[in-house]
Amino acid sequence: MSMKVSTRLVDGIVILDLSGRITLGEGSVQLRDAIRDLVAQGQKNILLNLGDVNYIDSSGIGELVSAFTTVKNQGGQLKLLNLTKKVHDLLQITKLYTVFDIKDDEASAIGSFTK
Amino acid sequence: MPDSTVNRVTITLDSTLDSVDQAEAMAEQQAARAGIPEDDRYQISMAVREATVNAVMHGNSYDPAKKVIVSFENDGSSLIIRISDQGAGVDFDHLPDPLAPENILRGSGRGIFLMRSFMDDVQFQKHDTGTELTLIKHLPTAQTGA
Repeated sequence: MSMKVSTRLVDGIVILDLSGRITLGEGSVQLRDAIRDLVAQGQKNILLNLGDVNYIDSSGIGELVSAFTTVKNQGGQLKLLNLTKKVHDLLQITKLYTVFDIKDDEASAIGSFTK
Repeated sequence: MPDSTVNRVTITLDSTLDSVDQAEAMAEQQAARAGIPEDDRYQISMAVREATVNAVMHGNSYDPAKKVIVSFENDGSSLIIRISDQGAGVDFDHLPDPLAPENILRGSGRGIFLMRSFMDDVQFQKHDTGTELTLIKHLPTAQTGA
């Protein structure tokens, strides 16, 4: 199953609702393209909703890290929302849990961005 | 078509990303057959996925002439999975630590780490013909406890 991406704008924050698998190949490329397009449009505050992402491999983890650094290098913020247990555990063992700003409530996540 | 005996299944795969999905699905199937619980099956199938990605990308470099061979063996106490490629191989003894502060924001280099995290043992062997990774997960009934 491939990944699906849909985009919403809430109070100036772009929310990417991702679903499916972020793995080597299609899923990773879709995420990379989506982030690249948003940054090119000048969107610097991005919330990745991973609530429906049921699987991420090492390539997908790398893509999340690359997205984080790409947005940060442009002076923006990228945060994660609604991690499943599997994704949460993966970020724990790779010590990335403390690197990302991780939220579990959309409204408070939106409010936490520096605008 | 898998070559199947009582306790061993072997598949020969092309050096493509589709093969990675096939190996992952086979790992899930074989782990279920071995009676391994769902959470462990997920870890095993991800370890196999990562190992097959290495074999396809870094071992065989997507070369259509080269194959990846994956075998699953249940010896009654462990599920033993071997993934062989036909490439030059990777120097597994000198891989950067993905948890080191200078590497934590790297976009790659976590595959072997995940294999080691998820399996009870991971072994690498270089042969004249390529590299073989062996992934071992002890079966629940074989565990003696701490």
